[in-house]
Amino acid sequence: MAKVKGAIVVDTEVCKGCEVCIPVCNDNVILMSKEVNRKGYHYAYMENPEACTGCTNCAIVCPDRAISVYRVKVST
Amino acid sequence: MELLDIIKPENQVFCKTKLMTDTPLSYCPGCGHGTAHNITMEVIDEMGIQEDTIGVAPVGCSVLAYDFMNIDMTQAAHGRAPAVATAIARTWPKKYVFTYQGDGDLAAIGTAETIHACNRGENIVIIFINNGIYGMTGGQMAPTTLEGMKSSTSPFGRDIKTMGSPLKMTELVAQLPGTYFVTRQAVHTHKHVRKAKKAIRQAFENLKLNKGISFVEIVSNCNSGWKMTPNDANEWMVDNMFPYYPLGDIKVNGKLK
Repeated sequence: MAKVKGAIVVDTEVCKGCEVCIPVCNDNVILMSKEVNRKGYHYAYMENPEACTGCTNCAIVCPDRAISVYRVKVST
Repeated sequence: MELLDIIKPENQVFCKTKLMTDTPLSYCPGCGHGTAHNITMEVIDEMGIQEDTIGVAPVGCSVLAYDFMNIDMTQAAHGRAPAVATAIARTWPKKYVFTYQGDGDLAAIGTAETIHACNRGENIVIIFINNGIYGMTGGQMAPTTLEGMKSSTSPFGRDIKTMGSPLKMTELVAQLPGTYFVTRQAVHTHKHVRKAKKAIRQAFENLKLNKGISFVEIVSNCNSGWKMTPNDANEWMVDNMFPYYPLGDIKVNGKLK
């Protein structure tokens, strides 16, 4: 069965750390980093990259479109 | 599989649309304006009408929209965006003209322009962001502020006896014969964003067919005006705004639902 694996890339300078992407992620992939960006905001990162399915939920609720999503099909 | 094997250009399924400029959005973190801007531009990108679209940005938080939207934009005086859009649409009937307004702009100072543009049935799209407050000027009470809701000019909550009831602008314009498509959407979760994008797409398709005015209200949060974190503001919006401003289509193809 083909399995889907995904990944997100967060533009850390654009992210404003609003955390809207965290509750919409069904797989609990995203958390906020302890570090801050140049504006002083904590930015989103993949805490749990194995679980990401590339569903794009986080990216379409991101008001600043800081998240790009990648997805591949993996045959097992 | 390593992350670097997944993160390749050919595997990309979502990124920011090219119709948004690289200027960082001036909105507060978590504000629905950013999402509304982006879905509007994504619709224009998908329809391939960038060259023929003219946006009208009024006064309010959305005043800087021309900095972010990579299309032809013009500026209108406070509340007068539907009047300016009328002029543009009548001068260039084949262009796609839309206004992007907040509630302090569209429902307060621009009530007359909005109602008359809707009554005349001009061929424009109005995108109305309703967050129940004047966001840019410091959280003053707007006509759409809910009963009992605190703002900087109603510190004890809105009192219906002295300040009137919250104005349901979308239901109001749906009664007018000139409106063709009237809907209310939200952008706080992925499901609502997808629905809102469909509604905006429908509005621009109506524009293409010269059907008359399409009015899309987007109930949004104003986390700094409401003095909450973005996620708390979204929850508050679901609990308090949605019962008074129910989501869904109000008028489709010129017929009330």
